[in-house]
Amino acid sequence: MKFIKHALAAIAALAIITPALASTTPLNPKTAPQLERSTADHSKFKELQQTFTSGPEVTKACLACHNTAGHQVMKSIHWTWEANSPTTGKKLGKKWAANNFCGSIISNETRCTSCHAGYGWKDKDYDFTDQNNVDCLACHDTTGTYKKFGTDAGHPLYADREFEPMEGPPGKKQFKAPDLSKIAQHVGQPGRGNCGACHFNGGGGDAVKHGDLDSSLKNPSRELDVHMAKDGANMVCSDCHTFNAHQPSGSRYAATSKDKHGLDLPKDDHNHATCESCHGFTPHKEAKINNHTNKVACQTCHIPEFARGGIATKTLWDWSTAGKMDANGKPLFIKDDHGHLKYSAAKGDFAYGENVRPEYKWYNGVVHQIAITDKLDGLLDAKGVLELNRVEGSAKDPNARIWPFKVMHGKQPYDTGNNTLVVNHVYGDDDTSLWKNYDYNKSIKAGMEYAGLPYSGQFGFIETRMNWFITHMVAPKEKAVPCQECHTRAADGRLAAITDIYLPGRDTKGWLDLLGGLMIAGAIGGGVLHGGIRIATRRKEKAK
Amino acid sequence: MSNRIYIYKRYERFWHWSQALLIITMMITGFEVHGSYLLLGFKKAVQLHTLAAWTLLTLWAFTIFWQFTTGEWRQYLPSLKNVGAMIKYYTIGIFTNSPHPFRKTVVQKHNPLQRLAYLALLAFISPLIWGSGLFYLFYGDWARFGLDQSLSLEAIATLHVLGAYMITAFFFIHVYLTTTGHTVFAHIKAMITGWEEEEHETPKGSKAH
Repeated sequence: MKFIKHALAAIAALAIITPALASTTPLNPKTAPQLERSTADHSKFKELQQTFTSGPEVTKACLACHNTAGHQVMKSIHWTWEANSPTTGKKLGKKWAANNFCGSIISNETRCTSCHAGYGWKDKDYDFTDQNNVDCLACHDTTGTYKKFGTDAGHPLYADREFEPMEGPPGKKQFKAPDLSKIAQHVGQPGRGNCGACHFNGGGGDAVKHGDLDSSLKNPSRELDVHMAKDGANMVCSDCHTFNAHQPSGSRYAATSKDKHGLDLPKDDHNHATCESCHGFTPHKEAKINNHTNKVACQTCHIPEFARGGIATKTLWDWSTAGKMDANGKPLFIKDDHGHLKYSAAKGDFAYGENVRPEYKWYNGVVHQIAITDKLDGLLDAKGVLELNRVEGSAKDPNARIWPFKVMHGKQPYDTGNNTLVVNHVYGDDDTSLWKNYDYNKSIKAGMEYAGLPYSGQFGFIETRMNWFITHMVAPKEKAVPCQECHTRAADGRLAAITDIYLPGRDTKGWLDLLGGLMIAGAIGGGVLHGGIRIATRRKEKAK
Repeated sequence: MSNRIYIYKRYERFWHWSQALLIITMMITGFEVHGSYLLLGFKKAVQLHTLAAWTLLTLWAFTIFWQFTTGEWRQYLPSLKNVGAMIKYYTIGIFTNSPHPFRKTVVQKHNPLQRLAYLALLAFISPLIWGSGLFYLFYGDWARFGLDQSLSLEAIATLHVLGAYMITAFFFIHVYLTTTGHTVFAHIKAMITGWEEEEHETPKGSKAH
């Protein structure tokens, strides 16, 4: 008994002697401020105690004190909607980068610019130098009542209006004009709802575009978003997407594939839009897991699925079927069992997904974004599919890590004669827009003419894919992807598409397991055979 | 009454059984890491495998010390003498109830075939599995030591798994051979109590008991 006790004590002692190689990094969870942090109460300012009749009037009042703010905003991508790719040098932005949602803002301005950080961008001749057209309230309203109207080129409603949404239930709906004076007196730092008003609704509706950004993030559960949940870190978008002189930090078509700068808290370059900015390079207790960070993006393990907030994201948009009419000759709109529009005469067929497992690809920071003016020769894959923004990278590339993506499937019009994508004039109360006239011949011709681009007059439909970085909706650590979802022999393992690495638990060699199996079978079989003969001969002996 | 000799000392028995536990743990978790089955989950399997490996290395450190301070290391010196007799016993004699050609003594507790087998384990399989295992474990530090260009994880993992198959085969043979004492459990009993009961000097052909 004493011996066993000693033995157990010794085993326990040995077990404790293990290497502790992990390093920990400090993390300061933001505590919710109890006091109003601002030193100015805007409701007390005389300049704001007036009846505002338009957005630009409010802006004028803001700029009277904040006299450099307008010029800062006018340099930001929220205003210019233009960006040059830092890696490929290509001119991008909403005017040029192709997508497989609505297509182009050109010729559709009054609708699309309801998300522009300004007022009145209704055609291609917009004056980008007038600071009075900067929209301060979209970002700085704290009442949650300011809303840019969907079809008024960035303006909110100035009087209540009856309006019948194209794809909503039939009948006019009453829309209320926001109280601009009250809003102007209650401005402050942007919250989740301010950014979300546009970024949750990309692609024309809630959750449509990104998959990891939708209105469920206004007040998310901890399980949905550990950073933004009130019982999590209660952070807002701009805590990571920090603003410096009104310039947002974060991705411009190409996310930072690997942050080599690391921790920059409490204040460094004030650009915290990577996980490493706050969590450093070795955030895990276990060295074995930290070893992954060189090749695996944080998001790959920490965002197990996207569209987790109960709102479905679009996964397919097939423009080629648009234009069907019902028995009465009225445009056809069909909803599925969940109330999602699965067919729209204006837009074609849709498919949706909730709790979607991302696709995984190597990514080194370079994205090959297609512009609507690009010749498509040589850009299609073997199946004739066009990847609108191919991400570059491989296992050998030191800048590449495995990243999660929502891959949006599309089928969209293109110019079969010139072999380019097209500008499709979808929105407008005129006799060429697709959503009024349901005729691609007219809408593409009008769009290309308006954009000043060559059009052969012939169009077809091309299958496209678009990669959307999955980087929001970070789950709590206990909900991270379990190791065996990648380290598995199963054919549907998460990294089944990443074939240029040796992945323990997934990869093996046939000869090795055959040889090993034979060795073990030989050992057991040899014992059984030898023992069997022993028993048999022993019996014989006894029988004598 | 049979003669009893005290053949396995207390530390030796502790070493043997804790090593057995650790090796069985590493076989079970190791083949899970290899992807052969899902049992604990990959993460737990890796953690337990690593813990068992460090524990066994520590145990070996103590054991090497013990081997040298007690002179027991001589038990593993190979000798080709009587190997033929041993082979003959395992292939023929054991079936015809011939007496065991080797008599365990305190200074010679391993038969010549055992000595060779343990030496092979120590000199070949052990370096293979520990060498590959440590490289595998410290994969994350290869770049720091400039090894990432000359080593491939696939090669290291393949060697490690090859070693694992060898140990596993050895394990099954080892367990079977424990049954070849004068009774089926005689060897196991000796490894638990330390006392080896010697077989009676009985003429050939008479009943064993």
